[in-house]
Amino acid sequence: MPNTKTYKLPFILLSLLLVVCFFVNISLGSVSIPTKEIFKSLVGTIDNESWHYIIQNYRLPKAFTAILVGSGLGISGLLMQTLFRNPLAGPFVLGISSGASLGVAMVILGSGVFGGIFTTLLVSKWSVVIAASLGSFLVLLAVLAVSSKVRDTMAILIIGLMFGSITAAVVSVLSYFSSAEKLQQYIFWGFGSLGNLSWYELMIFTIIYGLGLLLSVVSIKALNTLLLGENYAKSLGLNIKKNRLIIIIATSLLAGTITAFAGPIAFIGLAIPHMVRQIFTTSNHKTLLPAVFLFGAIIMLMCDSIAQLPTSDYTLPINAITSLIGAPVVIWLLVRKRKMMF
Amino acid sequence: MEAETQHTILKTNNLSIGYASKKELKVIASNINIALQKGELIGLVGANGIGKSTLLRSLTKVQKPLSGTIMLNNKDLSDYQALELAKGLSLVLTEPVASKNLTVFELVALGRQPYTNWVGNLSEKDIESVNLALSQTNINDLKHKKCYELSDGQLQKVMIARALAQDTDVIILDEPTTHLDMYHKAYILKLLQKLVKETQKTILFSSHEIDLAIQLCDTMIVMTNNEVVSDSPCQLITKGTFETLFPKDLIAFDNKTGNFRVKK
Repeated sequence: MPNTKTYKLPFILLSLLLVVCFFVNISLGSVSIPTKEIFKSLVGTIDNESWHYIIQNYRLPKAFTAILVGSGLGISGLLMQTLFRNPLAGPFVLGISSGASLGVAMVILGSGVFGGIFTTLLVSKWSVVIAASLGSFLVLLAVLAVSSKVRDTMAILIIGLMFGSITAAVVSVLSYFSSAEKLQQYIFWGFGSLGNLSWYELMIFTIIYGLGLLLSVVSIKALNTLLLGENYAKSLGLNIKKNRLIIIIATSLLAGTITAFAGPIAFIGLAIPHMVRQIFTTSNHKTLLPAVFLFGAIIMLMCDSIAQLPTSDYTLPINAITSLIGAPVVIWLLVRKRKMMF
Repeated sequence: MEAETQHTILKTNNLSIGYASKKELKVIASNINIALQKGELIGLVGANGIGKSTLLRSLTKVQKPLSGTIMLNNKDLSDYQALELAKGLSLVLTEPVASKNLTVFELVALGRQPYTNWVGNLSEKDIESVNLALSQTNINDLKHKKCYELSDGQLQKVMIARALAQDTDVIILDEPTTHLDMYHKAYILKLLQKLVKETQKTILFSSHEIDLAIQLCDTMIVMTNNEVVSDSPCQLITKGTFETLFPKDLIAFDNKTGNFRVKK
């Protein structure tokens, strides 16, 4: 698909904004560090040891996590909206995040319920990650199986909501039998957090994220073809089954690992693609994908900076901030345009 | 020259179409023997529910025939790979495109998908084909409009341009004139006739506009409960085939005008 416009200027501006947001993000925190010292720390000539430690081991990984989370959720939302031909699709609405939550609840709360050998076996960071990815993949497969039978997209969204309800129900059953400590662990995971990752965990996160991103990039042509609808796509020689599976695997890798490492983060996946379409008035995924990447990263860095409550000791749950920003944006888009495009 | 114009592109041999499930075999039509020539405009007519769509679905490999063969360019349709078929056969369907946020140029350019690289970049030849398709369908001025800004008639032209850009020998259209007013019905079918003459492609369409089809088509395929007949419109009128199209209680075919009249 051609670009009638190349959108050079918006891309340059967004890239610059990303860099600015990145520096703003790492210069804000509960300990105030002068901007000059931050640059010094980045090039490694800082004298203050504790400041250096905060920046290197806390703020930098957090900023990178924010970039991965924002861009990844935005991209998975974009893929879902095209695949389901529905502007309201997104990892959260379709129940993918619920699936991940269910997997994590099984591991954290379930380990207390089943006890014994499971406790030591299951509750490590990695089992949480695997459970979340597996949960989101299974829910996505279920949604897809239903969507091939039900052509009505509203039904698919309702089914996504139902998966959310089932998750909530299973979690309440599990929490009834769990210890307070386990329950707290699960609830804190549910708040969402960008800050708990070590460099090693961030590396694993980046590898899986990179795999999801790679599959998304490979799917650009298929996604563009799918804009015509499945029957036209088939008549253009597209292998629907294969490409649909690739798109789904890409989405569950992205949404699954993000939910696993950072908790369920609402509305970013749904809102970012629509915000991007306000700037880039195209449906070409060759333009949209990098734009969503940049925009998602920027918004997430901003949300994290706000959640940090600069100069105070408190950190708000990131999940609350993204909802507070994301939900009004979606409402505003619906009211203003009446019709959401994808 | 004569031999060249009589070149058969699409041919069916004792084709039987319908739906096969585990429990039963539902035959919609059988013994279909039609041959579509290069550079012909072919109209497919028949009553509602007679199986026009099923026939088109079978010819385009959306569903498998129950028995018999379909040959496209002397090669069995079932032997075609998906991408190979996309270069031999293009479609205009009744369903609307999923995203109306595409511009006309973008949509027509999607017809080039079978020829583009892995990310879908257009080569100069691709852009040339798209521009040719746009001018052949007289929609150059719509080029940068979004699809949601177009009328039904304009959108249909865009879809035909997309099929042209796919650069295939055969274009199959499923009821391209539904939802259009009388003028645009005639306009679209006349456009198809012009395209056949200009490009020597084979264009097959199904339609309920029997009177228009009689005036414009080179060949017509008439589907009735008992048989599938294909011949030139004049021959079909002489043979009285159109009288068998519908039940005779309400309307009757007028041989002189080539039209159906309501019985008084």
